Amino acid sequence: MKNSTKILANVVCIVILALFLRLAQSSLDGYKIQVLNLVAINIILAVSLNLIYGFTGMFSLAHAGFMAIGAYVTAILILPSAQKEMMFILEPMMWPFNVMHAPFFVAVVAGGLAAALVGLLIALPCLKLGGDYLGIATLGFGEIIRVIFTNTTTVTNGALGLKGIPPYANLGWNYFWCILTLYIIIKLLSSNFGNTLRAVRDDEVAAKAMGINTFRTKTISFVVGAFFAGVGGSLMGSLITTIDPKMFNFQLTYNILMYVVVGGLGSITGSVVGTTIITVLLEWLRFVEEDMTIGSFEIAGMPGMRMLMFSVVLLFIILYRREGIIGGYEFSWDSAARFVKRLTGKKEAASNE
Amino acid sequence: MNDVILRADNIGIKFGGLTAVSGLTIELKHGSITSLIGPNGAGKTTVFNMITGFYRPTFGKIIFEDRDITNLPPHLVCKAGIARTFQNIRLFSGGTVLQNVMTACWVRQKSPWWAGALPIPSFRREENEMRERSMNLLAAVGLDSLADEVATGLPYGAQRRLEISRALATEPKVLLLDEPAAGMNPQESGELMEFIREIRDKFDVTIMLIEHDMKVVMGVSEWIRVIDYGQMIAEGTPQDIRTNKRVIEAYLGKEAGDNA
Repeated sequence: MKNSTKILANVVCIVILALFLRLAQSSLDGYKIQVLNLVAINIILAVSLNLIYGFTGMFSLAHAGFMAIGAYVTAILILPSAQKEMMFILEPMMWPFNVMHAPFFVAVVAGGLAAALVGLLIALPCLKLGGDYLGIATLGFGEIIRVIFTNTTTVTNGALGLKGIPPYANLGWNYFWCILTLYIIIKLLSSNFGNTLRAVRDDEVAAKAMGINTFRTKTISFVVGAFFAGVGGSLMGSLITTIDPKMFNFQLTYNILMYVVVGGLGSITGSVVGTTIITVLLEWLRFVEEDMTIGSFEIAGMPGMRMLMFSVVLLFIILYRREGIIGGYEFSWDSAARFVKRLTGKKEAASNE
Repeated sequence: MNDVILRADNIGIKFGGLTAVSGLTIELKHGSITSLIGPNGAGKTTVFNMITGFYRPTFGKIIFEDRDITNLPPHLVCKAGIARTFQNIRLFSGGTVLQNVMTACWVRQKSPWWAGALPIPSFRREENEMRERSMNLLAAVGLDSLADEVATGLPYGAQRRLEISRALATEPKVLLLDEPAAGMNPQESGELMEFIREIRDKFDVTIMLIEHDMKVVMGVSEWIRVIDYGQMIAEGTPQDIRTNKRVIEAYLGKEAGDNA
């Protein structure tokens, strides 16, 4: 397939998505729109974690921490000063944070950059570690970020959190960032630099012998992943309009990890599909937590029931389909064209007979 | 003009109290094929690891093209122009044959890492050049028809050749092959000898190999060095080594050496 055809196909897809979002905005209720928003943000988070874990092989659990940084930086930048003054009842907000202000796009980029900077600081000592040790160290750093935010009351309002963040993160912004994230990460991965990331994952010793500065490569991947995690956190904060440190505990990291593992490590298509399915199911399955009557039996609703169901699903996937629901497959226009050709080819063959 | 491209000067390494290699001096002449042989555990791979920067020699110096590379990390040694293969094949298991070779081209690529995310024409041109170069390399080793196969799915002999072509993709001046004939049948190792000579001529590289298959060693080498217990016990042409008393002793024991 020609390159120009592929670009055209991509553009057509984006236009269709835009039209769909336009339609959704005007015809769906707020709850469903919220789910659509969450899908976009979760895809950003899942893809950024997949870059770090699935493609570079670094088991990192600091994602919630990066999200917290992004969310707080963006929230502080887009909250009006008057509102900040009102909210900080324990201790007044420190200068210059109380007067800072920036437009939404700049604030999200700043959130991402702040997360990337912290990611760099974490990467320097941590990325010398491998495997599970890296997981434990990054988990610790994620928690440290949360504890710091709880205690720097003059900047973050401590445990009270920030409320009334302007809800700029609408469908348009969220999907814009989602597409941008996908574009950049897919482009990076399909370049030769992406090959070096996979090489570091597959065999670090061989990668070194082939002239790849593995530490630098891992650091870059980690920082880029942290940047987009920060962006995801920024959008999340503006979407739910209230953030507090408790929100960014390790449970959140595990949720993102679940999207990535269920979708398939090392597959962007898997991350997108996995995230969409889980995010939608998590909302849709809420009905199992309500009171149910089966015949004459009445079952009292149990909060957390859907998480229980998800842990069973996750167990099955880990036991029987470790490569994830998509199985490492990567969507491309070429393979789609082949598939269509095969289908029509069959039809032609059938009509010829 | 100095004819010696790589010179390991009196190098040695200690692991704790154990001296794995001591006082070894190796000189590689430009364009030569040299073998490094010795009984198991003699320290051959350790020598490779020291030259390529995976181990830091406890003493001694390694000079490559008049430049001291003793303390360089592996990736810079590779960038300087020394590539290697591994005793147990180490391919990038997740990638295709082409991706394996492309990855090794990265060390010669000039574009920064982020160029891929932007529509930069010069980056695309370079990327295409690298792809073409990789395909040419694969064609040279007869693997071009398998470019899109998963690398670790290839037959054993092909994986060896792929590993060598991957090493060649880094544009080395010195190529270190660690037991390239391991696990090959006589026919395959015969082909390998041809192949080694061919790449020396075609790519103008200096080759040093570790090998246990004496047919390959005697057939392909122009110079042989024998080490045992981390020390050089003999060096010379294949004819010299074949009749050297100390070498036979090291391989077969003292009595065999006396009878020779």
